[in-house]
Amino acid sequence: MSAPSAPPAIEIERVSFAYPDGTAALSEVNLTVAPGERVAVLGPNGSGKTTLVLHLNGILAPTSGRITIEGICVEPGSLAEVRRRVGVVFQDPDDQLFMPTVGQDVAFGPANLGLSGDALSRRVLGALDRVGLAGMQTRAPHHLSFGQRRRAALATVLSMDPNVLVFDEPSANLDPVARRELAELIVELGHTTVIVTHDLLYAAELCPRSVILDDHTIVADGPTAALLADSDLLGAHRLELPRCVTLSGLYPGG
Amino acid sequence: MTGRHPGTRLVASLCSSPAGALDASVKVICVVGFVTAVVATPPRAVLAFAVDALLVLAAAAASCLPARVLARRMSVETPFVIFAVLMPFIGTGPRMDVFGIGVSVPGCWAAWSIIVKASLGVAAAIVLAWSTPTAEILAGLERLRCPRALVMIAGFMVRYLDLVAAELRRLQIARISRGDDPRWLWQGRAVATTAGSMFVRCFERGERLHAAMASRGFTGRFPTTAAPQRPRRWFPAIMWPLVAWVVALAVLIP
Repeated sequence: MSAPSAPPAIEIERVSFAYPDGTAALSEVNLTVAPGERVAVLGPNGSGKTTLVLHLNGILAPTSGRITIEGICVEPGSLAEVRRRVGVVFQDPDDQLFMPTVGQDVAFGPANLGLSGDALSRRVLGALDRVGLAGMQTRAPHHLSFGQRRRAALATVLSMDPNVLVFDEPSANLDPVARRELAELIVELGHTTVIVTHDLLYAAELCPRSVILDDHTIVADGPTAALLADSDLLGAHRLELPRCVTLSGLYPGG
Repeated sequence: MTGRHPGTRLVASLCSSPAGALDASVKVICVVGFVTAVVATPPRAVLAFAVDALLVLAAAAASCLPARVLARRMSVETPFVIFAVLMPFIGTGPRMDVFGIGVSVPGCWAAWSIIVKASLGVAAAIVLAWSTPTAEILAGLERLRCPRALVMIAGFMVRYLDLVAAELRRLQIARISRGDDPRWLWQGRAVATTAGSMFVRCFERGERLHAAMASRGFTGRFPTTAAPQRPRRWFPAIMWPLVAWVVALAVLIP
């Protein structure tokens, strides 16, 4: 008898969402992410990428459809467990780092899970160590560089011991070195990862698989290299590789 | 913005002063005790205020607070001083001549009372702020059983003050760069629009902040997180409010 296979890390089934004023943001979105997979969600501005992120841990609830995380349906009764399993790193670290010190911020999530005392301290120090910010726990967030703030934001979700990491535009505003360091860190962590971005090269660097979200639904799903090599597909959805990359011939059709 | 915050102070050197080594909760109690003693002192007890002023100067010395910095920061009370200076001229009751100008005697005492009490209170707060990192003051308030929600809101205010100020500066620069130079009240439409825009941006940031908090398991109850703490030694700091109260009571009780 074969062992039962693990449920998908993320399963989004026919999810639609409209804001209260009636503006449609997602329409019949389907996406399955396997455990350990790194997937990029590509799309132009206003395509619904951030709205999709906010559905993955139940901040927004779909108007119709269903989302499951490791077999657990995202619904009011499961939000605490879903939010423990799915760590969302938001685009602006200043929105994520709201406590007076980095250490208190990293402790916020696990404290909400009920940890305290030595167990909480171990989580905080461990998370900061993993993102290369050991010893920074007493620093105020606004005293960190932007790259450090981005890594501190990652530490705030790592301290909750998540199985799935979701990044919203992780490369935005980072200098080249900070960008590379973050990419190395994401690969090193090895979590199931969803990266929402319109930075195609970052997606190519990190994610073997990509999906394109445009006009509120997923219009393409495949190996990142194949999608980036399809210039017609990219052009139809307002995506574009930098000119120097197309000239280099790295992605022949891109 | 990738650089370090220009206002970064060497917290370690501040904490090496005798006042810096004290626990924040002790200092908060001492400051509140001192300020209430000053407020309780009758305006005509000039000698008592002289003793209070010596106490503040001693605390400033124990905090390694340079006199120039103290004087500069005390400019925050200027609006109150301007209001107080008007009181002898608009006050009623018996009048006296000062350089040929008639002034109200009760008005003079009221002005003196406002200026001396405000100055001593502001100076005490400056000593506290100088000798204690903000995160420690907030942690101290928490240990004094100040409601968590209030401490968190104060923390948010401190955390986001710089960001909001920077955003306001960017809006001002954008306004001035396009030739806006209001001189009169009726030309201030763009300034009013800037204020409105700031309100909307702050509101939106608040919404993003709440999403980030909910993502890490926040359900409305603020958790207790790791907070910096120093040994709680009461002596000799407690002498500061005690002496002020002894002096105040000596005047109050005939």
